[in-house]
Amino acid sequence: MNMTIAWITTRGLLGRRRSWLLLPMPIILIGVTAVGLGFDAPAADLIDGVLIGLGVAVILPLVSLIVGTGVLGSEIDDGTVVHILTKPIPRSRIILAKLVVAATVSAVTIAVPMFVAATMIGGAELGLGFALACVAGAIAYSALFLALSVVTRRPVLVGLLYVVIWEGLLSNLVAGTRTVSVQHFVIKFAAELSGSQLFTTTVSTAVAAVMTVVFTVLGTWLATQRLRSFSVAGETS
Amino acid sequence: MEHRKPRTKGSPVSDLDLRGVSRWYGNVVAVNDVTMTLGPGVTGLLGPNGAGKTTLLHMMAGFLAPSRGEVLIDGDATWRNPAIYRKLGLVNEREAVYGFLSGKEFVRASAKLHGLPDADAATRRAIELVEMADAQDRRMDTYSKGMRQRMRVAAALVHDPAVLLLDEPFNGMDPRQRMHMMDLLHRLGAQGRTVLFSSHILEEVEQVSGTVQVIVAGRLAASGDYRTIRRLMTHRPHVFAIRSSDDRRLAVALMASDSVAGVTLGKDGLTVHAGDYGTFTRALPRIALDEGVRVRQLIPSDESLESVFSYLVSA
Repeated sequence: MNMTIAWITTRGLLGRRRSWLLLPMPIILIGVTAVGLGFDAPAADLIDGVLIGLGVAVILPLVSLIVGTGVLGSEIDDGTVVHILTKPIPRSRIILAKLVVAATVSAVTIAVPMFVAATMIGGAELGLGFALACVAGAIAYSALFLALSVVTRRPVLVGLLYVVIWEGLLSNLVAGTRTVSVQHFVIKFAAELSGSQLFTTTVSTAVAAVMTVVFTVLGTWLATQRLRSFSVAGETS
Repeated sequence: MEHRKPRTKGSPVSDLDLRGVSRWYGNVVAVNDVTMTLGPGVTGLLGPNGAGKTTLLHMMAGFLAPSRGEVLIDGDATWRNPAIYRKLGLVNEREAVYGFLSGKEFVRASAKLHGLPDADAATRRAIELVEMADAQDRRMDTYSKGMRQRMRVAAALVHDPAVLLLDEPFNGMDPRQRMHMMDLLHRLGAQGRTVLFSSHILEEVEQVSGTVQVIVAGRLAASGDYRTIRRLMTHRPHVFAIRSSDDRRLAVALMASDSVAGVTLGKDGLTVHAGDYGTFTRALPRIALDEGVRVRQLIPSDESLESVFSYLVSA
């Protein structure tokens, strides 16, 4: 972990216009929850439709995607990454700093409104369950999208394909694909941590826990490896 | 020579070595079997656009793997070796900076990333070197192109590297900024640093460095002192401007010499086309003495890099 890189990354991230997209998301989540409660919707429907359908399936990956590709992908795009790479710093420490910033910003942006919304629906226990589960999800997603920033030139597109096609479509149709779906790990964690019987998924807690660690470690390792061999495109390429 | 002085302080002198370096992209060969050693002083890497200068610089800076051969700084490979950045500073062509930082914050971040014990002192020194102290507290997105370039040089110099690489450092600079940058490169070379800058503009290289590496179509076309390179190419005609006490008399005598291909008599003296550099410069004093003409001025008038370069490209 390198504090100077974390400092530059945070300032760069929060200074970008794209980051403003993060602002309305917590408000939308809490707003929709309030409207649902106003119409006396049952808790199970609100958990399924709002907390999972909107919060876990849409806002969590979207926030993580914007932030996760923003901490390194943007610097690769505009060329400023060279300033960090021309320093005698192990590449693993650069990636670690980027990951910590991405995961922290994503986790705070999503966990706080999730806590508020879930507490409104089912009390503090449900709130805490969803908040902590989203923190774990934010870490795994951040590692994944960080790795995508170094692996592909179009990390946002590839990230969206994963979220929309794999998680949104396949993992809801084919149960087996859920073992590589961060969304389902988060749902399982939230159910386990809150003790709620109102929702669950087919992924076991052990698989969810192990796979979250695998996503995080593998993403970090892959990003580090790719950054070690980072090539700047030449004039003839 | 001024640019061969050993460094008086700071880190030791470093050599940059390229051994049989090639780089290709699919079927396109960008750099073809280049071998060169760069020592202290300023060296110009000269070539037309697309010649492979940037590819070569990226390999030197550890941002591109050679397809064949090796790039070494003091014996250590530059590819996949972040430790070389202790000795190396890079100012690349893309002028991207963190616009949200002030110039001082930018240079100080560099100092801290290098783990310098006194980052503040190093920052002050580097900013003074590029004479940017007055604007150091302004955000970098308010800087002109030349100012950004100088701050990037300051950031690249903050750890006092022995080797400094600059890709097209004069691009987009106005004449005053250009003069300033040339003066800075001169000073860095005189301190004993190994400074390499690329350019496709001949007069830039001519003004800043005596040593050139000419790269044409990915190959090293010539290397060394540019005047020497010119002299080596003796089969090319050389043009001299001569002023003497009696231009007409000297012109007649020169036309009789085998070493002279043609003479033009003008208001400002003679323009002599010589077939061979060495033969002519040896013959001229003798001819002048025989004729009783005093030679007041002898200037090799096509000794600019432009002419050297066009010869090399057409050769």
